[in-house]
Amino acid sequence: MHIPDGFLNAPTIAVTAAVSAACVGGAVAVVNKKLGEKQVPLMGVTAAFIFAAQMLNFPIAGGTSGHFLGAVFAAVLLGPWAASIIMTSVLLLQCFIFQDGGITALGANVLNMGIIAPFAGYYLYRGISGLMGGSRNGVLVGSFVGAWISVFLAASACAAELWASGSSPLKVAFPAMAGWHAVIGVVEGLVTAGALSLVLATRRDLVQLQKA
Amino acid sequence: MKLQWLKWWHVALAIAFVLAFLSPLASGSPDGLERVAEDKGFIEKASEPPFKVIADYVFPGIHNEALATILAGIVGTIAIFAVVYAVAWLLRRRQATKSQ
Repeated sequence: MHIPDGFLNAPTIAVTAAVSAACVGGAVAVVNKKLGEKQVPLMGVTAAFIFAAQMLNFPIAGGTSGHFLGAVFAAVLLGPWAASIIMTSVLLLQCFIFQDGGITALGANVLNMGIIAPFAGYYLYRGISGLMGGSRNGVLVGSFVGAWISVFLAASACAAELWASGSSPLKVAFPAMAGWHAVIGVVEGLVTAGALSLVLATRRDLVQLQKA
Repeated sequence: MKLQWLKWWHVALAIAFVLAFLSPLASGSPDGLERVAEDKGFIEKASEPPFKVIADYVFPGIHNEALATILAGIVGTIAIFAVVYAVAWLLRRRQATKSQ
């Protein structure tokens, strides 16, 4: 759901860019205080995995495809602030090197996929896994639901930005965006929970780092 | 313990490279947003980017499209790993100097 140049108007570009810049600045400050030594390579490989996985569009239905987002996967491993930095870095690279997502839409794309997605998904994950006692199943169920909501809310925010820009009325853009991404989100949830179950089986300590 | 750690993230990086090698298998269908923009009649509002580097994940100057896509994926995977590792290392380093 990378927004290209041309879909957003000037006020929407300005507001989303300002909000995203402030949030990413906050993320840098928080991560600067909290980052552990082992998390340095983990941030690098998590970003590499997310970038590569995002290239693999999978067909869903009716000639439409979706791709993995990875915001909740990163947030479960490293916390939502570090996930924000990872997602923003991926979006910057995609925008400036691969022309995926417009330069003027960068603020909106960071807001949707780099801020709303990791934070909303992460706190829902924490709530569910906490209710289930932090067990393996709690992590898997929580990450599935968190990943689903991350895609759903990012797509809903995208619809709101299209509406604010006069590209499409909300009653048209919202059901269409939310509808397709409700399906794409199921795959997001399965891939997120699957990848985390692999991490739990091999390096359980990585998931627990954030609980401390 | 340290060796074990190195092994872990090397394996994780290798998984990312495997995914990059699979990238030619990706579906070429429009994604959710493109599909909505086509259906709801605002796709023509999209404008061309002002410059192109490795546009649409196809490495320029290579005729075999699968190869061009794989190369784009490998370059991107290395680049993002290097960038995020460097950012994390810098944040960690600044933190170390401040606490002294």
